[in-house]
Amino acid sequence: MTEYIATIGLETHIQLNTRTKAFCSCRADSRDDLPNTNICPVCTGQPGALPSPNAEMVRKALRLCLAMHADINPVSYFDRKNYLYADMPGGYQVTQNYQPIGVGGWLDVDMEDGRTVRIHIDNLHMEEDAGKTRNEDGVRLIDFNRAGVPLVEMVTQPDLHSADEAAVYLMRLRQLVRWIDVSEGDMEKAQLRCDVNVSVAPAGADRPGKKCEIKNVNSIEAVRRAVNAEIKRQTGELEAGRPVEQWTIEWDDEARELRKMRSKENAVDYRFFREPNLMPVVVSEEMIRKVRAEMPELPRERKLRFISQYGLPAYDAGLLTAERETADYFEETLKVYDGDPKRVSNWMMNEILRLMHDLGISAGALKVRPADLAEIIRLVEGRTVTMATGKQLIDLVQESGKSPAEIVNEKGLAMVSDDAALREICEKIVEAHPKEVAAYLAGKETLLGWFTGQVMRETKGKADAKRAGEIFKRIMNYELEGVHNERL
Amino acid sequence: MRNEEWPADSSVSPAAGPNPPVSIMNLTDLSALEQAKLVRTKQIGAEELLELTLEHVEQTEGTVHAFITVCEKEARKKARDVDRRIAAGEEVGPLAGVPYSAKDVFCTRGIQTTAGSRILSGWLPPYNAAAIERLNAADAVLIGKTNCDEFAMGGTNETSAFQPCPRNPHDPERVAGGSSGGSAAAVAVGAGAFSLGTDTGGSIREPAAFCGVVGLKPTYGRVSRWGVAAFASSMDTIGPLTRSVKDAALLMNILSGFDPRDNVTVRVPVPDHLSELEKGVKGMRIGISPDLMNLRGVRCQVSDFRDQVSDHGFDYEKIEIDPEITAAVERVAGILEKAGAEIVSDVPMPNTQYSVPAYFVISRIEAYSNLQRYDGLKYGRASQNGQKDMYEFFADSRQEGFGREVKLRILSGLYLSQKEFYEKYYLRAQRARALIRSDYDRAFDPQGPYRLDVLLTPSTPVTAFRFDRQGVDPLQVRYADQFTAPMNFAGTPGISFPVGKDKNGLPIGVQAAGYDYCESKILRAAYAAEQEMA
Repeated sequence: MTEYIATIGLETHIQLNTRTKAFCSCRADSRDDLPNTNICPVCTGQPGALPSPNAEMVRKALRLCLAMHADINPVSYFDRKNYLYADMPGGYQVTQNYQPIGVGGWLDVDMEDGRTVRIHIDNLHMEEDAGKTRNEDGVRLIDFNRAGVPLVEMVTQPDLHSADEAAVYLMRLRQLVRWIDVSEGDMEKAQLRCDVNVSVAPAGADRPGKKCEIKNVNSIEAVRRAVNAEIKRQTGELEAGRPVEQWTIEWDDEARELRKMRSKENAVDYRFFREPNLMPVVVSEEMIRKVRAEMPELPRERKLRFISQYGLPAYDAGLLTAERETADYFEETLKVYDGDPKRVSNWMMNEILRLMHDLGISAGALKVRPADLAEIIRLVEGRTVTMATGKQLIDLVQESGKSPAEIVNEKGLAMVSDDAALREICEKIVEAHPKEVAAYLAGKETLLGWFTGQVMRETKGKADAKRAGEIFKRIMNYELEGVHNERL
Repeated sequence: MRNEEWPADSSVSPAAGPNPPVSIMNLTDLSALEQAKLVRTKQIGAEELLELTLEHVEQTEGTVHAFITVCEKEARKKARDVDRRIAAGEEVGPLAGVPYSAKDVFCTRGIQTTAGSRILSGWLPPYNAAAIERLNAADAVLIGKTNCDEFAMGGTNETSAFQPCPRNPHDPERVAGGSSGGSAAAVAVGAGAFSLGTDTGGSIREPAAFCGVVGLKPTYGRVSRWGVAAFASSMDTIGPLTRSVKDAALLMNILSGFDPRDNVTVRVPVPDHLSELEKGVKGMRIGISPDLMNLRGVRCQVSDFRDQVSDHGFDYEKIEIDPEITAAVERVAGILEKAGAEIVSDVPMPNTQYSVPAYFVISRIEAYSNLQRYDGLKYGRASQNGQKDMYEFFADSRQEGFGREVKLRILSGLYLSQKEFYEKYYLRAQRARALIRSDYDRAFDPQGPYRLDVLLTPSTPVTAFRFDRQGVDPLQVRYADQFTAPMNFAGTPGISFPVGKDKNGLPIGVQAAGYDYCESKILRAAYAAEQEMA
């Protein structure tokens, strides 16, 4: 049986999170606005309106280029990509075709099976977004709110070979653009968009097969599904002895279906030429130096450092570097705590990530600050509070904004570890529950946990559970045993 | 209160013969500076001046057809405001109360703006062009929007969707020129003190020459293009048409300067062009180029164009220039020399001959792309055919909305911009453009062999021709831009000013060309000549 190899390249559109649009002063983010309320003569293509470029767009594009290790063109140009469509107000899209801001570049991606794959980038260029078209009851509705929002289009070389690899690359790209604050990177909100080129050829073939482009894939899982479906389709064609034709395909994620949009013969000629209304984009050495100086340590580098410097497992390091704020949170906590990094990591993964998930907020937005977490870990370690109280404290700090020590004092949450006090409580419980004591002594030793549970209930969780267990054992195994036997 | 010195009667009598003379000595024929002074010194009210002007427009329009829209209501409101502020002793702008018109490619908020096209008929722009804003701030009074070639594409004003198109005030059988023909005709007959025009290949200077007024095309980037319907964006410029060189200088003071909304404008300081005028031309180096005193062109049909370009290169031949026009250039040179300028008579401008074919390529590619936005959907005229399909609707709206010339240019733009021809046409035309630019760089280089301040050329190869083209070589019409278009490529400024009349009584225009941001120098040359001829 012939083995087939898939070759995959991704064209991604990254919506930049600038304050204003690419070429006018309308807000870039108008997601919650009514249709056609965030518009002006420029972004609706009125006669006589002219574009004026957004410097923040250039800075963010430059930051992305540098993070992707691309070469920067010191002078780049805007071109017009001409086509008629109702939601493209000027009749052309302003983009960079002939001399884009970034050329080349790469991103190293750690795959799920432990391999690291270097994905090469062809180029990065700035362009403007189109408006939105919605079909409703046979009527085409156009909303220009999004028209003119800045994008960076980034095209990979065909370095990917499976749906999973494509999905992991996208996850890493999403992480990166959020990390360096150039985009919100939410695929569901179309802040990160992806067209996928797939070609399948028999292993060992000297040329890759004809490629098909899948459009409209708007989540990482959808990319995984669409690519798998397309690989299956092309493999099926090849096995049946039919040549694969160069198509543009649409992925319907709801129906889990590929649909042919057009074949190559209908390809559009965009007649690219220089946009005469815009001066060249000039990037000076000084600008590059400045953007480089402001560049944070990138996610993969930070993950590797967490592994080597703190001895964390790769799994922990990966989770802690999912977002830059989380990684910052971890390191700040560790700095204050000044102890075992793995212990901080455990608290982060078990408690902080849970809290972030429950509240739907980022680490930076938590009221529990890294110093609070460090203090809580210390309180537990010093046996001032129990583990259970420690976990409870995280929620209490988050709710009240008070410091952990303050809450412990106010609510009297300090641990009951005084043997005399604890022994008194334990004796009372033993006295009150002769049946359970009998069962325990008859060999049902798991009841010890039940007894400690009673102590915790009695002390509202303040007791040292381990110590209580020891006291129970002593009372029941040695002191009561004799009494019990006598009664028999 | 009407000043007795200034008779209000300014009618053009249709019975005055085949060349109805436009009466000169009346209030509406005064320059903008003179009108402004009368208003400022309360010798006449702004509203009174406006009413005289509107009356005059009404009397001349039947012959001249300069306007598409006259906006009396908005004009009266502005004039009353100026009068009120003058009466209250408030500060007013340098053009307070001066009536003017603007070519119908300038967006005017709430006032119909058509660009001479059916596709925009009835369109009320939601905003004002930058030039309109600046004139409004100078307290000038906009009286109307002048006729022009459709989207400024033409040299005679005949391509306008609004007919009858402007007539030459010196002979209604003749064209006013174009594309700012309505502006030139309006200024020539005193329908407003000045007009705003646009110039992409000669569209201010050619009609100015044909109608006997002053027309200035500034350096590309000197005046904001914000709010002006685009023709060919890399060459479009905004400038004034006036009855005196001084007025042009004043308007350059008002219109020039950086505008953040037009990315190609620059932060080069703007001199006071008016006081610059007084410096005269003593010590200036004034050039004449044999390459721009003759005309060479290619006698081929547009359908042969492709073969000419691809296989043989061009087969140039000499085209006649009206000898009275070259004589006028010599005459101006003589005047300036007498005033102390040095004449340099052998300046080579060898690459300017490529401007017409290169202009053909670049202007059509940019124009077709600029016109893509007119789809009938967002503004202007939509097809009522009831087409449900988006592309059919676009096609119907554009088919019904655009005129023949515009369609031809869109078609040639689409042809020339095809991906496989990018190198052959677009890049090649850009190389020709760089060569043309190098001619100007060399001629004006202060360290170079010629060190010019000003280059004198004819504005046009012929004076205003007849609508039926009787008596002109079609090549003279096709190459009418030959002396003006090279500067749209080079981005350099030029002014056309009237220098007497030819044997048919038609105005002759001479052009003073300058270097980047040196409008004051060409104004000085034109002013010196104007003073001497007055």
